[in-house]
Amino acid sequence: MLIDENPVTFKTMGNEVPLHYGQGMSGVARNRNAMIEAFVTLEPLIQVAFDAGVDVRLGTACWGLYANGPGVHWLPGTVAGLADQERGWLIGAEHVIVAAGRRDIGLGFPGWEKPGVMGATAAVTLATRFGALNPRRVVILGTSAEALSAAAALRDAGIEIAAIVEQATEHVGPDHLVTELLAGGCELLTHCVVREALGGESVEGVLIAAVDKAGRAVGEERRIDCEGVVLAVGTTPVVDLLAALGCHIAFQPERGGYAPVVDAGQRTSVYNIFAVGDCAGIWPAKSLDRRIAAGEGLRAVGAILGDAENFDSAEGLDPDRPVYDLSAYRMGWVRASVIEARGGFHVCQCEEVTAREILEVRPPRYLGWQADRRNDRSLSSLLDKGPPNPDQVKRLTRAGMGPCQGRRCREQIAALLALQATAPLAAIPLAGYRAPVRPLPLAIASQLPESADQARHWELWFGILSQWQRPSEVPEFYTVSTNEATAAAVNGERGGSD
Amino acid sequence: MVSEAAVTKVTGASVVIVGGGVTGLSAAWWLAQSGVDVLVIEKGIVGWEASGRNGGGCGHVTSPLYPEMLRLWPIMDQLLGYPTEFSANRIHLAVTEEQLAVQNRSAAAVKRQGYRCELLDQKQISELVPLAGDNVVGAHFYHFGGHANPHRTVQGYAWGMQDHGGRLMQHCAVTGFRTEGERVVGVETERGLLGCDQLVIAAGPHTGRLSTMLGQEVPLASARAEMIVTEPLPLMAYGGVEGNGLHGRQTLRGNLAFGGGPHEWLELSDRGLSANPTTPLMAHIGRRLVEMMPKAAHASIIRSWAGVIENTPDGRPVIDRLSTFPNVVVATMSSVGFGLSPSSGRAIRDVVVDGICSFADISSFRLARFARLEPDWRELQGWVSLAMEEAP
Repeated sequence: MLIDENPVTFKTMGNEVPLHYGQGMSGVARNRNAMIEAFVTLEPLIQVAFDAGVDVRLGTACWGLYANGPGVHWLPGTVAGLADQERGWLIGAEHVIVAAGRRDIGLGFPGWEKPGVMGATAAVTLATRFGALNPRRVVILGTSAEALSAAAALRDAGIEIAAIVEQATEHVGPDHLVTELLAGGCELLTHCVVREALGGESVEGVLIAAVDKAGRAVGEERRIDCEGVVLAVGTTPVVDLLAALGCHIAFQPERGGYAPVVDAGQRTSVYNIFAVGDCAGIWPAKSLDRRIAAGEGLRAVGAILGDAENFDSAEGLDPDRPVYDLSAYRMGWVRASVIEARGGFHVCQCEEVTAREILEVRPPRYLGWQADRRNDRSLSSLLDKGPPNPDQVKRLTRAGMGPCQGRRCREQIAALLALQATAPLAAIPLAGYRAPVRPLPLAIASQLPESADQARHWELWFGILSQWQRPSEVPEFYTVSTNEATAAAVNGERGGSD
Repeated sequence: MVSEAAVTKVTGASVVIVGGGVTGLSAAWWLAQSGVDVLVIEKGIVGWEASGRNGGGCGHVTSPLYPEMLRLWPIMDQLLGYPTEFSANRIHLAVTEEQLAVQNRSAAAVKRQGYRCELLDQKQISELVPLAGDNVVGAHFYHFGGHANPHRTVQGYAWGMQDHGGRLMQHCAVTGFRTEGERVVGVETERGLLGCDQLVIAAGPHTGRLSTMLGQEVPLASARAEMIVTEPLPLMAYGGVEGNGLHGRQTLRGNLAFGGGPHEWLELSDRGLSANPTTPLMAHIGRRLVEMMPKAAHASIIRSWAGVIENTPDGRPVIDRLSTFPNVVVATMSSVGFGLSPSSGRAIRDVVVDGICSFADISSFRLARFARLEPDWRELQGWVSLAMEEAP
């Protein structure tokens, strides 16, 4: 069976799932049939798979992978949770190959919540696959190979690139891509950041300023008119399903950040789970040549069939050696754009948390908690030999806790914590992923069948009757046999539970 | 070569507490307030296990610690100096006649104990619980108890303790104990030896293993509990609405956070579980939530989580001194730790400092009640882990 959540519905895109669409999709994305047709037309292999007898399910999301392990023993085997627009269900699988792709890391600045500020992968998908990108003139942030490729793809799709903005002193991607883009009349602004996105209903322009070595804005601000801001400061493997299952995920700069640890057959640390394509690692050569990802798929098949020879692929077994320091690069962007921003804005848009509130570990504003002498706590008060943990910060500030499930802010938060702790990104643990890795309506989740046995033995809490005895009823000695004799007498009076 | 422990100035404390969960931290906060030199050591991060993975309910009406808990919760924000998100009162909904019958019995029982509780009429139910549907057959309003935010509360205890001079060492696992005669004089850790006059073991599921190292086991079995959380919904008048086999709350942000279900018993390794995986039980919790609050059916589940929680054989707490080493107090709240934490910490403080709990009779928490426990009690009660299949 081949599962793909794409093309997702207009409403799902509106919820920034699975990419940062930034409300940049046009009405075309509302036409379900046209979207599906465009999706299938652009990728001939879908038809090939269908013709080969593969059960192809488009518009179907996998929101969870489950397997037995040290903490779970009751499952019948590896299980995938699926849902389309109307239905939710589980299927078992002997092997799972995850090819969940990439996602853009978010980057905030004043006004970044305005419609038209969007991730590069979302922009390219809308423009090239569906012809459904609203902004016609955009500013692009970032100059990695992935950013420059996105710029070229958008340009080829008829989108005007007003400027490419780079916080670093020079571009970090391949020279030939830069040369080609510049030849097309596009402007490259290095050592610059977006100070603000302007506009009423949506983006109408940006203010750009130069930055000094410390990331502070210097000199005059310059306005560039545009309808969109494309965030291309980093792409990251989509590891949510793998991480939630418990596959070993490690920070691997050569693979684009946190990525699953895989062997030569693309096998993850969980024996029957494989990762291929961008979700197994993103590097320039792979971004530019799809045969590398296809080769990974082939090797995974070889590993599953125990036939590595006939499914061997010489294509790009190893990532490129990184040509720039990914950790320093991303932290540089967050420092210049977020920390040195001229005004407060919400790094976590769902829960409306600012960078300052994250770093000072402030309780959410709706609690109305007044600062006082005893509440001047900050990140340093949480630290003790360990690195700052984004999950701990999340629990206290709610940053990353909202309906977009942290897709737009988790990498920014990690960079903020790293900057504050003067540590590299690799030192910041990966914030946890838990199922459902896509928002799953209760009405759909509740359709999953439940065994009669489980329904019969459902307990509010542990179902220990003696837990609710009054102290005066507690016998001098507790033994299982005497308890069984008295348990029948407890009449189910319960107070409550944690 | 000089070891790191030798060069790092690691000192102990008058009272060392093993376990940075809600019970250990509350005890530490109470001790620090009393001017006691206290140090909490935690193998990971505070509240990382069961203390941060519960529904936030402040219940357990039959506990001897309950009246003091009721007194303390409404003033905890003020006492700690940090917000706990405590919200008073609970509503129990019934969507079947059978559930209503059980709730009627519970209501009668708490009334006999002198607490205020009333049956709501349909109009009151639809006003107080707008997410409920026509299928609701009854509901009770409890004018006591409530709920709070576990994460915020745990951190509040830790910060409050530090404000009073207490200390916290995170990422510091216990490897052993140093004893002299019938006294534990130090705790051996990954970061060196920490001396102590008194020791408190409040290490959740690990309390059993650690107490065994000191010659008197606190019998415990561990199980996984799971919860789900939805996107925020408009706030109801009272967040503490539960029923239909679920416990939980609407958070002050508006999320519905609920749990329940079968609780799978687990074997625990020395360091616990590296991850706390959830299971498709999420969907079955979701179904019960939709049955209880049909008007929330459109809302999405955005997270689920699981935690490992310990229970004693009778599900009741242990707060007692070890007979083998009388300067050691062992403490487990047996799966009802969060809600009772304001008073459990005070009880532990009293036992450590004064030898006896000043505000409640906690003799039912004595460890000696298990002296005649069958050695195979876990098997007899069916609290055993399913066999693990070996990976190929």
